[in-house]
Amino acid sequence: MKIKQLKEVLGFLALRLCMVLVMAILVVVFWDIVTKGGGAVSWELLTQPPKDGMTKGGIFPAIVGTLLVTLMTALLAVPLGMGCAMYLNEYALDCKFTRFIRMSIRNLSGVPSIVYGLFGVALFVEACNFGTSILSAGCTLGLMTLPLTITASEEALKAVPRSYREGALALGATKWQSIRTNVLPYAVSGMLTGTILGLSRAAGETAPILFTGAAFFLPDLPGSLLSQFMALPYHLYILSTQHHDTALVRPLAYGTALVLLILIFIMNLFAIILRSRLRQMKKE
Amino acid sequence: MKIKRIKEKVVEGLFFLNGLIVIIILAGIFLLLLKNALPGLKEIGLMEFLATGYWNPDAYGKATYGALSMLVSTGMVTIGSLLIAVPLGIGTAAYLSDVASPRVREIAKPVVEILAGIPSVVLGFLGIVLVGPLLAKLTGTYNGLNAINGSILLAVMALPTIISLSEDALNSVPRSYAEASLALGANKWQTVTQVKVPAAASGIVAACMLGMGRAIGETMTVLMATGNAAQFPTGFLSSVKTMTSTIAIELGEVAYFTTHFYMLFSVGLVLFLITFVINLISDIVFNKHMKMLK
Amino acid sequence: MPLAKVKIKISDFNFYYGQVKVIKGVSVEMLAKNVTSIIGPSGCGKSTLLRCFNRMNDLIPGARAEGRAEIEGVDILGPQVDVVELRKRVGMVFQKPNPFPKSIFDNVAYGLRVNDITDRLIIEKRVEQSLRSAALWDEVKDRLKDNALNLSGGQQQRLCVARALAVEPEILLMDEPASALDPIATARIEELIVELKKHYTIVIVTHNMQQAARISDHTAFLMQGELVEYGKTSDIFTKPRKKLTEDYITGRFG
Repeated sequence: MKIKQLKEVLGFLALRLCMVLVMAILVVVFWDIVTKGGGAVSWELLTQPPKDGMTKGGIFPAIVGTLLVTLMTALLAVPLGMGCAMYLNEYALDCKFTRFIRMSIRNLSGVPSIVYGLFGVALFVEACNFGTSILSAGCTLGLMTLPLTITASEEALKAVPRSYREGALALGATKWQSIRTNVLPYAVSGMLTGTILGLSRAAGETAPILFTGAAFFLPDLPGSLLSQFMALPYHLYILSTQHHDTALVRPLAYGTALVLLILIFIMNLFAIILRSRLRQMKKE
Repeated sequence: MKIKRIKEKVVEGLFFLNGLIVIIILAGIFLLLLKNALPGLKEIGLMEFLATGYWNPDAYGKATYGALSMLVSTGMVTIGSLLIAVPLGIGTAAYLSDVASPRVREIAKPVVEILAGIPSVVLGFLGIVLVGPLLAKLTGTYNGLNAINGSILLAVMALPTIISLSEDALNSVPRSYAEASLALGANKWQTVTQVKVPAAASGIVAACMLGMGRAIGETMTVLMATGNAAQFPTGFLSSVKTMTSTIAIELGEVAYFTTHFYMLFSVGLVLFLITFVINLISDIVFNKHMKMLK
Repeated sequence: MPLAKVKIKISDFNFYYGQVKVIKGVSVEMLAKNVTSIIGPSGCGKSTLLRCFNRMNDLIPGARAEGRAEIEGVDILGPQVDVVELRKRVGMVFQKPNPFPKSIFDNVAYGLRVNDITDRLIIEKRVEQSLRSAALWDEVKDRLKDNALNLSGGQQQRLCVARALAVEPEILLMDEPASALDPIATARIEELIVELKKHYTIVIVTHNMQQAARISDHTAFLMQGELVEYGKTSDIFTKPRKKLTEDYITGRFG
């Protein structure tokens, strides 16, 4: 009897240790980046382009580049993702074909990001002749984000009670009318929240933009959709591995990492605030 | 009223096309990879590509394209990462589903989510500045950029997937199973280890496989933290160059539509096929598991 | 039986969910400006039958109807039927009050708007009429902009009635409209139904036999998808022809 109890206590202790360890990983990551990157974040870092062979100055073009490419990502992923979710949740019958689509979505979400990069090179850079550009990189990231946006949007649609649809149909609304006026308005907040969370992943991705448009260094901001751009994650990669004096620019790298984390954090926060705001609006 | 009906049909058709896009993309990825890989594979031959270990595109004389060393390197860091992430992930999942109080769960859930949201490049960076020096000190190597470092970082990348899906699998076990076990005089630990985990086993296996797929396909962390020496790996302390790293390093420098370019797509194709099969199997296993418990 | 027009007629009607036959060879004629109630133990197919009259079962994958179903002699099952038009003629009130999370006004106006009525004045007039017909106007006239979800359960259900009436249907289907309500709210809905039958043909599904006896002119007793007995409500409840009916209404099962 004693041994049985001892085993239980020790067993649970081991499980608890696992969880503490996982939490510790997160704490270490943030602690290191925040303490060492905090000192590097300054007005200059945020507003100036890199100077003197990227040993001084800031990361302004990289911030702008990341924002622009994320916007491009959104332009592709948001309508396509929402549309696909609406098809799956509102129109598709539960048949083999639908299951095949769902399986494809799950599989797309498991395709390695570098493979998306290759796909982007072959499709957008070469076949579509967009060159290495914001457009190519944004489209590549957009496709990569698609599974996430679809899943999140579908969750939001599922949360709308069936009675809203039935009620509308029973009043003589067509299917599309019932969706447009009586389903979408109540799903849109959830859809956007999930989508923004997906976009925040895209903003932190490096591998898909390596060859589709991210540039080592650009003195000017991108002039058009067909220009190359600097991006925060790629810049961090450059500073920490490709720079001629990686030790010298370590503070800059830490600063870049912190700014990237903050950017992603802000996007997440924005999504959460949006969700609660829209929820409140609905209540009134 | 006719117009209304036509409009409905058009809208439905558009949505159908939109749904079709997903399949088109998946097929498109495969076909474009294949198209860009075939010229190279034809020239080099599948045997040399998969069964020899020398990847030396810049060699004087005849360039060689053997991918075996990268396959082994990818395999090594993946196995290493699973050795860390599987016990840790399952342990955490079991804790969250069966031991933790609701309050702890409330805190732990966002922790796992945030962990999943950390960009891989940031983890790679920490691999260089944090894990590397630590490993160098512990093992007496030069900079600690080796397979172990990569394994540790990949474990962090795979953990959120393993934790959340394993937890789903454990939670899907009907409460009556646990109740029956407790009613027979088993304590909570026995119930967890002998009833719940076995009942959720296939779901947990699927979760680990999905985590494995993540690890195999992950680029930035291994690119930054494993040293990238183009050699046949000799052990976990040696620097390795995985499939993903090879593509990431070389595609930026290669001239388009050369043998080298095609061969990088061949590596991508192999990568795609491996992850595709793993994801497919895990998908099937997971669905079977969920169906069985219903 | 008074000379009244047959509004809804079904004959040899079968209905399937996939392979399962849930309505088996039912034939019934329902009269215009009458209340017809459908009673029977739960799972007997009452709601399914009701939902055939406005084709709401179309939403269920694998559902399939067989036989004849007509409204005023016109087939409603065929593929040429415009379901949207049909549903405008055949209103429905659901088991659980399901107001949309919009204002009271917008709820009632919804059916008008989706049917392309945009004239503000017409909409306002119809909303008031409908709310009056549903005996809700006096309670909500000062707060039409309030969210409908703030109403009580009984008020919500009357709002749903008003919403259905606004489209000016000929037939009103009610699927256990009072089952989620307290006795007082139930009484008000019943009064409303009796009032409404002056203008509308009403078919109501109920599991409450007293309710059927109180408000309906005709009653259909359904069991395991088969029509056991159909006739005047007074006859069904006082001198049922079938033993099964008697057993059911006297509470021996169900």
